[in-house]
Amino acid sequence: MNPIPTQPAERAPVPAGQARGSGYLADRLFEWMTRIFALLVLFTLLAILASLVVTSAPSLKAFGFSFLWSEDWDPVQDKYGALIPVYGTLVSSFVALLIAVPISFGIAVFLTEMSPPWLKRPLGTAIELLAAIPSIIYGMWGLFSFAPIFSRTLQPFLIQTLGKIPFAGQLFQGPPLGIGLLTASIILAIMVIPFISSVMRDVFELVPVVLKESAYGLGATTWEVVWRVVLPYTRAGVVGGIMLGLGRALGETMAVTFVIGNTQHLSPSLLAPGNSIASSLANEFAEAVGDLYTSALIELGLLLFIITTIVLAMAKLMLLRMGQREGTRS
Amino acid sequence: MRHSEVFNLSSIAPEVRIAIRNLNFYYGRFHALKNVTMDIQTNKVTAFIGPSGCGKSTLLRTFNRLHELYPANRTTGQILLDGKNVLDHREDPTLLRARVGMVFQKPTPFPMSIYENIAFGVRLYERLTSVEMDERVEWALSKAALWPEVKDKLRQSGNGLSGGQQQRLCIARCIAIKPEVILLDEPCSALDPISTAHIEELVHDLKSDYTVVMVTHNMQQAARVSDYTAYMYLGELIEFDETDQIFTKPNQKATEDYITGKFG
Amino acid sequence: MRYTTPEIRRIYRRRQMANRFHLFMSVFGMGFGLFWLTWILWTLLSNGFEALSWSLLTHPTPSPGGEGGLANAILGSIMMSGLATLIGTPVGVLAGTYLAEYGRRGWLAPTTRFINDILLSAPSIVLGLFVYTVYVAHAHHFSGIAGALSLSLIVVPVVVRTTDDMLRLVPDSLREAAIALGAPRWKMVVMVSYRSAKSGIATGVLLAVARISGETAPLLFTALNNQFTTWNINEPMANLPVVIFQFAMSPYDDWHRLAWGGAILVTFSVLAINVLARLLFRQKSF
Repeated sequence: MNPIPTQPAERAPVPAGQARGSGYLADRLFEWMTRIFALLVLFTLLAILASLVVTSAPSLKAFGFSFLWSEDWDPVQDKYGALIPVYGTLVSSFVALLIAVPISFGIAVFLTEMSPPWLKRPLGTAIELLAAIPSIIYGMWGLFSFAPIFSRTLQPFLIQTLGKIPFAGQLFQGPPLGIGLLTASIILAIMVIPFISSVMRDVFELVPVVLKESAYGLGATTWEVVWRVVLPYTRAGVVGGIMLGLGRALGETMAVTFVIGNTQHLSPSLLAPGNSIASSLANEFAEAVGDLYTSALIELGLLLFIITTIVLAMAKLMLLRMGQREGTRS
Repeated sequence: MRHSEVFNLSSIAPEVRIAIRNLNFYYGRFHALKNVTMDIQTNKVTAFIGPSGCGKSTLLRTFNRLHELYPANRTTGQILLDGKNVLDHREDPTLLRARVGMVFQKPTPFPMSIYENIAFGVRLYERLTSVEMDERVEWALSKAALWPEVKDKLRQSGNGLSGGQQQRLCIARCIAIKPEVILLDEPCSALDPISTAHIEELVHDLKSDYTVVMVTHNMQQAARVSDYTAYMYLGELIEFDETDQIFTKPNQKATEDYITGKFG
Repeated sequence: MRYTTPEIRRIYRRRQMANRFHLFMSVFGMGFGLFWLTWILWTLLSNGFEALSWSLLTHPTPSPGGEGGLANAILGSIMMSGLATLIGTPVGVLAGTYLAEYGRRGWLAPTTRFINDILLSAPSIVLGLFVYTVYVAHAHHFSGIAGALSLSLIVVPVVVRTTDDMLRLVPDSLREAAIALGAPRWKMVVMVSYRSAKSGIATGVLLAVARISGETAPLLFTALNNQFTTWNINEPMANLPVVIFQFAMSPYDDWHRLAWGGAILVTFSVLAINVLARLLFRQKSF
């Protein structure tokens, strides 16, 4: 570091007004430049929304709201409806959360309450690496490595056992193809685990140590402390983390495209192949011919964007609430 | 080995509730308590005083083995509660903590209703009917002199109470499981003078039923509420005697310097 | 003794069992996560390792049955990722600067921060769709520049977020010290804030590069693909992820082999950049 104190004495005689004038202008310029880029970020979201609405206009006009519940997806007759991909997107993401949430919770509890200190960092990093693996790798692994084993082992087992249950059994019927909604869900679950568990871990670490200590001080076990004190305290943050994971799962493209089956077919069974919004786009968009086909696909993208934006906004609001609470308490 | 020496139980006087023998405490490599030996009397208030970092809170936290939450902490020596060494690793600390309750520096209401704050601890050890539980909650809150203030809002969150009320809620929560010993770790340090006076009064009332051990940084408080006072410095127990003795004619020069404000 | 009654013992045992069970489930969850990580990396290594060869880096993509490598795709990926980073970093840094340095009052900064966090997790395929509708559809052809633009839409939110976070970690006393010396505000930001947040911001940029290096979805209908090597960013451009996708979904074994080779290249570059970013950041925090 330079010995700063000697400098001001030499600089002091500079006419204050002049120095201030040019500095002031540069200041305003710099501030405005940064503000313009901030506005640019702000308007990106609106621009995406607007461009998708404009370009999906032909489809919006042709099908109106019936687009949402129509099962058709027929490029030959130029009739399109979003039901199958929307169903596939929502169901695969929902099932993924059913798997990912308890596992992520376990991981977060392990990392915050159980792990010996020297293991925390390596294990935490390992779980975060799951998020760093590109989604196309998940897709390849899912198709070539996971799906064959899945169809030989777990799927027949599910069909034999859960498939026999009245009503709910419908979810587990059909041939064990390996690929399908459930396969997509499992892979999505693995992909969102690092997101959900890292939010959970972060909010668990916000719980004041003394609050946990006073529960331990009453004689509570680790599990009782986690379930009765840590979880209620962090509820908003935990829900936010789950929503964040949901937002990720809904928009995930490549991994799902590899294993969901890409079939325009609505089946009650989770083992059957299906389709999702993102995988429809990935498979068909570059080859789509005709205005209506293209704009129907863009309308699918618009739907996806609206759904994920709402989910992510809710996630963010929940996390903000958690942050505010932390702020007022400490 | 000195530290593992087994003490003859008959050497402990019957009015002693906790007998500490050659207790050493290590935080990693740091030797935080050095060979502490002392007797805590039943149904009396014992205060630990000393400059910050002297080990008084550390000592308190070994009584209910709360230090074991952190793997770097290690102890040698014995803490005998009714003649049994509580530091024995074969014993689960949760049952010990039912007998030795603790209240912390900052009020720590759990994120649940006032009623549930009390019931939480009770349910860890007892299965009560809802009538019995209601009675227990009222009893504990009354004992902590909080009942009149909260009886109409038992279902509201404990976080809505004032700091002093929250601290009394924590004391009630601790009493509700009917411990034998209550540990208070600077219970008034986050409170205003009026709330402090409330808590001090309460501590005074509690000693008829419980053995109270409190850490305080406030010498006047120790003088006001305690029967026995221990002065600690750099992990050593410098002097331990009746409070009157400590504050009027201490045996050690170091104690006198601290009491009279020449140091610390 | 009150605490040794049979009832207390019974309740105690139940609690202990519940505790052990749930803690076991936590360990299981941890193991579950590590299990998939190991399996995926093992699959990648066992399939990809044999596909690694010198020609992978030197030859362009072949037709089915032909000899070749991934050179054109590697070049395209590096060009587009590089360009996206060049576009996205200044935008992100400046916007992040506004959020942390100037936007302390008013609605603009919190709103932008909120929207930015949504963009951070927005489906990347929609970003590709956006670039298609505003650029490709008007230019009437797919191009490397379109690919880079859609990738830069992923870079920007990551850089905004880290810049904002890192600048907000710079203590105000440092800023006040600079202002007190008579430095104009922009100079204070450049000389003091940027300097102290430098490695944090660099980490953010690296993480953004890692993220876009493996991104496939936004390139599908922006850069598309190109069987030949091209340096012209105005033409459709091959890139590793899309080539991997196309080859993996094909029925040809030799294409599959190339896809695995590409997969191992992409994954280990991404992981290496991630590790580098972590090391850089750790250095900073001490």
